[in-house]
Amino acid sequence: MPDTAALDAFRTEIADWITSACPPALRGRPISEDRIVWGGRKWQFQDDDQKTWMQAAIARGMTAPRWPVEYGGAGLSRAEEKIYREELERLQAPPPLESFGLWMLGPALLEFGTHAQKLAHLLPVTRGEIRWCQGYSEPGAGSDLANVQTRAEDMGDHWLVNGQKIWTSYADRADWIFALVRTDRDAPKHKGISFMLIDMNSPGVTTRPIQLISGKSPFCETFFDNVKVPKSYGEDNPSVVGQVNRGWDIAKYLLTHEREMIGGGARGLLGGRSLGQFLGDLDGALDNPVTRAEAMRIEVNALAFAMTMERYKDQAEAGRGVGNASAMLKYYGTELNKERYELLMSAAGSEAVEWDGPHGSLAPEWLRTKANSIEGGTSEVMLDIIAKRVLELPNS
Amino acid sequence: MTSLLETEDETMLRDAARGFLADAAPVANLRANRDQGRPFDTALWREMAQMGWAGVLVPEAQGGADMGQRAAGILAEEMGRTLAASPFISSAVIAATTLRAAAGQHSADALAAIAQGDLLYAIALDEGRKHAPLNTTLAAEKSGNGFRLSGTKAFVADGGCADRVLVLARTAGGPGEAAGLTLFDIPADRAGLSKTARATVDSRDHAQMVFDGVEATGDEVLGTLDDGWALLSRGVQAGQAAVAAELLGVAGGAYGMTVGYLKERKQFDRTIGSFQALQHRAAHLWAEIEVTASAIANAGRVLDATPAEAGLAVSLAKARAAQTVDLAVREGVQMHGGIGMTDAYDIGFYMKRARVGTEWLGDYGYHAAQVAAARGF
Ligand SMILES: Cc1cc2nc3c(=O)[nH]c(=O)nc-3n(C[C@H](O)[C@H](O)[C@H](O)COP(=O)(O)OP(=O)(O)OC[C@H]3O[C@@H](n4cnc5c(N)ncnc54)[C@H](O)[C@@H]3O)c2cc1C
Repeated sequence: MPDTAALDAFRTEIADWITSACPPALRGRPISEDRIVWGGRKWQFQDDDQKTWMQAAIARGMTAPRWPVEYGGAGLSRAEEKIYREELERLQAPPPLESFGLWMLGPALLEFGTHAQKLAHLLPVTRGEIRWCQGYSEPGAGSDLANVQTRAEDMGDHWLVNGQKIWTSYADRADWIFALVRTDRDAPKHKGISFMLIDMNSPGVTTRPIQLISGKSPFCETFFDNVKVPKSYGEDNPSVVGQVNRGWDIAKYLLTHEREMIGGGARGLLGGRSLGQFLGDLDGALDNPVTRAEAMRIEVNALAFAMTMERYKDQAEAGRGVGNASAMLKYYGTELNKERYELLMSAAGSEAVEWDGPHGSLAPEWLRTKANSIEGGTSEVMLDIIAKRVLELPNS
Repeated sequence: MTSLLETEDETMLRDAARGFLADAAPVANLRANRDQGRPFDTALWREMAQMGWAGVLVPEAQGGADMGQRAAGILAEEMGRTLAASPFISSAVIAATTLRAAAGQHSADALAAIAQGDLLYAIALDEGRKHAPLNTTLAAEKSGNGFRLSGTKAFVADGGCADRVLVLARTAGGPGEAAGLTLFDIPADRAGLSKTARATVDSRDHAQMVFDGVEATGDEVLGTLDDGWALLSRGVQAGQAAVAAELLGVAGGAYGMTVGYLKERKQFDRTIGSFQALQHRAAHLWAEIEVTASAIANAGRVLDATPAEAGLAVSLAKARAAQTVDLAVREGVQMHGGIGMTDAYDIGFYMKRARVGTEWLGDYGYHAAQVAAARGF
């Protein structure tokens, strides 16, 4: 059993800190995409409060609570981090900083990077100075990600990168990109890929935004046209993370990480309102037995799924990894979220079909959920992973 | 039961419609409408009228083609396949069916103009977020020889472009009662009637209509005072069957695009259509579409043969169509993978129209409940 007395003390301490460090005006607002603090060179705060809060968090390592202190984190345990998140939610304080650097580059470097790489790249991430984007998918490499064709040719002191990425979120606002590039065209698919860190300011990098069925999006196509990437950014700080041609291991590691995140994202809804609150506000929404049965079914599943998320997180914390079962979380959570939005659309009826009607952005949100079961690996790919690696069923 | 097979004439109509729409109204047309902010292409509607589509339910005496509800369903289905936007269902189906049942000189004149494509109608019916015609509260109060209409209609399809409006109002009784509902046929530019366009995801013409003491004369009552629903429900049922047919077409269009993509797209050095997981789902979708097609054909046949007893057939069609189109567009987007989510690809347009068409004149839950009631449970 964890030391509950110490954790209780930690809870009090962290709650006090949040209360004093997070400006009151930031608290109690509905969570919304456009209030996220992303950081980076091009970043502009919407108000001074956001800046105050982020800087207070940086000073305490709380932009990356679980990272080691030397790389800008706070070195918290999983139990402490969980308490921190709970207190943020209870006190209705927003996360001080979010980014792909925190979510993805960090975990990759912490696992596979050199000390110099961590120092050079992680500190600026925790301080909100550098914003990263992820360069994985390509038009011909989606489910079959290992089919990436963006090439990095060895030119002695630098790599020469050519190719196209797609679905790079916020590529137009990011400072750096971590990309999967092919460094050996003769090796088998999975054995010729490297995980490369590239400055988006390099000549030859361009981006083009993607419009989604739900409207404007942060996604871009990113083009590399004879981009020169130095072999090294300093002593023991190569531009390739891990071994050259072994980038697939890192990609796989990160995908597992990303899946847990996306599966868990299925909770927040309509600025934090629960299903019951939303439906309760719609007079007569549950009068029809079909809608009512659907609402009940979804709530039952959502509650049990939330418990499953917790159970798996605890299991991971206990040192018994979740492994391929993360595919289940990703699959189940995203399918559930889509069902939930279908229900909301149906309950709100003709009021829901406007781009910006009585229920605000419900319609674009609903359309956007359709990508949940595609981004980060499709539901079919998740089921395939479960079938092959968890159930150990034979190949066809 | 008459045969659900198409007659030779119906097959010819379908082939002609499919050929015409593929050329004249591909999805690119809807995209252009959206980008230019117009609800439909008036030149296209004119062509449809010239081919007799606007008059498909209008008697020959008024210049119509008088081909029947099954034929109207075939046209709606083909329009659904390419998402062709037009005021067809509101004017040529619902208004035409209602006016024809109403008879009289006004109706004859209106039908003649509808057949020419010169007169557009909108049906001002639902007031809340779900289809519930008997809950109409928009009040029509006696005023001199006529009436004053006050209230709001929330979701009026083709309301923005309509020349005239069929508006259901309450002259007696209370919510839930059919008795006491009266149908009015008034010009859309009547003083006191204001329209607000609703920017819906399907980029079609939908409006909210507010009636603020709108004057209507006694002559503008269509059918019988306090018994308007008996008349309008004929038109609404025809409309439900036509929307169901359109949704079947939407499902078919989405299915066609998707199967085409399954045969083209390669991942893991294979055509994705070779993965059995996808094959079975595509096959299942095809099965659902086949089953729904029967319900659609049946609704048309029953409406033509025994329109007074078409409730079950129509609700069965709309319930099935709502379920099937939902499956078709969800599978469509999912099986396209990432590009299915992009505006640059057409599949998303199918999903948007499916959502709006499903709500229009009753969703799955509404019609499934009607079926249950008609079947005695
Ligand atoms: C909104 C959005 C955000 C995204 N964000 C990112 C991002 O930040 N970074 C990034 O790198 N990528 C991102 N992606 C890309 C995403 O990861 C890919 O779209 C996804 O992996 C699917 O690849 P694809 O689009 O090429 O579809 P395809 O792989 O072509 O798949 C098409 C269909 O075939 C199915 N299929 C494929 N293989 C099999 C199989 N073996 N068995 C059964 N069915 C199969 C798929 O499940 C899908 O239904 C994003 C995509 C979207 C839509």
